[in-house]
Amino acid sequence: MNQYMLSVYEAEGAVAGAPATPEAMQAFLGRVIALEEEMDRAGAFVFGGALHGPDAATVVRGGTGLDKVTTDGPFVEAKEHIGGFYVIEADDLDAALAWAEKVVEATNHDIEVRPFRATGRVQAATD
Amino acid sequence: MDDVERAFREAHGPAVATLTRLFGDLGLAEDAVQDAFVTAVDRWPRDGVPDNPAGWIVRTARNRAVDVVRRDRRGRELTEKLASDPLRAGSPADEQTSEPLRDDQLRLVFTCCHPALRVEHQVALTLRLVAGLSPAEVASAFLVSEETMAKRLVRAKYKIKAARIPYRVPDDTELPGRLRAVLTVLYLVYNAGADVGARGELRAEAIRLTRLLVTLMPDEPEVAGLLALMLLNEARRPAHGEADVVLLKDQDRSLWDRVLIVEGQELVLGALRRRRPGPYQLQAAIQALHCAARRYEDTDWASIVRFYDRLISVMPTPVVALNRAVAVAETDGPGDGLLLLDELAGELGGYHPWHAARGSMLKRLGRRPEAAAAYARAAELARTEPTARFLRAQSERLERDAEG
Repeated sequence: MNQYMLSVYEAEGAVAGAPATPEAMQAFLGRVIALEEEMDRAGAFVFGGALHGPDAATVVRGGTGLDKVTTDGPFVEAKEHIGGFYVIEADDLDAALAWAEKVVEATNHDIEVRPFRATGRVQAATD
Repeated sequence: MDDVERAFREAHGPAVATLTRLFGDLGLAEDAVQDAFVTAVDRWPRDGVPDNPAGWIVRTARNRAVDVVRRDRRGRELTEKLASDPLRAGSPADEQTSEPLRDDQLRLVFTCCHPALRVEHQVALTLRLVAGLSPAEVASAFLVSEETMAKRLVRAKYKIKAARIPYRVPDDTELPGRLRAVLTVLYLVYNAGADVGARGELRAEAIRLTRLLVTLMPDEPEVAGLLALMLLNEARRPAHGEADVVLLKDQDRSLWDRVLIVEGQELVLGALRRRRPGPYQLQAAIQALHCAARRYEDTDWASIVRFYDRLISVMPTPVVALNRAVAVAETDGPGDGLLLLDELAGELGGYHPWHAARGSMLKRLGRRPEAAAAYARAAELARTEPTARFLRAQSERLERDAEG
C-alpha cells in the first residue's frame, strides 16, 4: 500500500465553488461525511481535515538567540494556499486518482494528488 | 541502420517491459537492458547476432538485474520469485512470442502514456523505452538538447516511481480514455516526423509502434484506424515534392505507394466493419477515398463529405470543419465552401491553411484581389519557409493576373 495526499487549494481565502447558503453547506457537509465514511470502510482513510486561512499562519525559523525569528503570515506569499487535505492509502496512483475523483465530486473543487511518505507518528504504509 | 542497431531497437521495448514486470522497477529494468546492450556490442560483432536477439537481451539483462538486486535486502525474495517465473523455463523462441511478453509490452505502453504524465514526457518515454531510441536520438527528433531530454526522462521516471503509476493494462471502464492517450502519442510522433524531412525516421518508428499495438490489441478498431491513417499518408509522401508543398490536386499519383495504399484501405474496411467508428477510422476512411481516385477528377467528394459529417460529430474541431468546408466546395461549389469557412474566422484566423483555403475559393469565384490578399496573409502565417514561398507565389500570380 502507498499513501497519497489529496489537497484542495483555495484562492485568496475562498474555495471556488464553495457552498454559499446554509442549505448548500448542509448538503456539502453531508457529501463530505459520506465520502469519509466510504474511505473508512475501504480502509483508505488515514487522516484529513480543513485548515484555517493563511492569515492565521505563523512562520517559525531556526537559529539561536537573536537569529530566532517568528513572523506573522504564511511561508509563501501566494494567491493560492492549501485549504484542506486528506492522506489516504491506495494500491497505486490509479486507485488514488479514483478517490480524488470522488473528492472532486463531493467538494466541487479541483484536487492535487501527491505521493505521501510517512515519517514519525503517522503510521507508514504497509508494503 | 545496421543489423545490430536494428536488433537493439526491436529488442529494447520487449526487454524493458519484461524486466519491469519481473523486478517492478522501470529504472532498474532500463539500466539492466542498457548493460545487456553494452555486452552485446562487445560480443555480437565477434560471435554474430544471435538467432533471437530479443531473447538474448532479456536473458542477459535479467541476469544482470539479478546481480544488482542480490546486493540489497530484497534480493533473496526476488530471486525466489524469479525461480518460479514461467518465462525462465521457456526456450528463447517461446519467450519472444509468449503471452506474458505481449502483455508486458502493452503494460509498458500504457505506463509511458499515463495521463498523469505531461504529454511531452509521454512522447519522450515512449520513444526511449518502447521504441528503443537513445536519449540523443529522442533529443534530436524534438530539436532539444540532449541535456534537456535527459532531464525530461529523469523527471518522468521519477514520477512513475514516486507516485506509483501502475504497470498495468487499464480495465474495460478506463480503457477507451487511456487508449486515446496512447494513440495521441503515436500520432504526435508520426506528425513530428512529417514536419521536417530530416526527422523522417520518426514516422517509421511511429508506424512500427502502431503496428505493434495492432498485434497487441487486435480488437480495437481505432488502433487499426490510426495505422491505416499513417500508412495512407505515408503512401503519398513521395509525391509531396522536395519542399513538401505539392497540393493533392497537382500530385503525380504514379508516385504513390500502391502497396501501402492497399494495406491501409484493407485496414480501414476491416475496422469500419466492427461498427465502432472513431476519429482515426473516419480520418483514415477519408484518406482511403482520396487514395482510391486514379485522377484528382475521379475523387468521390460526395462520400468524402459524408465521412466528414460523421467525423465532425465525434471530433468537432475547427480544423475538421475547415477540411469539411474544402470538401463541400467540391460538391456544392466554392460559394458554399466559402460561407462555411467564414464561420470559422474567429477560431482559425491565425492558421495559415484557413487563409490558403479561402484564397483558393475566392480565386475560383473570380474574386482575384481578395484571393491574392488571402494567400499573402497565409504566407505571413506559414511556419516553414518553403510553404511561405509557395503561398507568396500564389498571391503574386493572382496580383499579376488582376492587373493584366
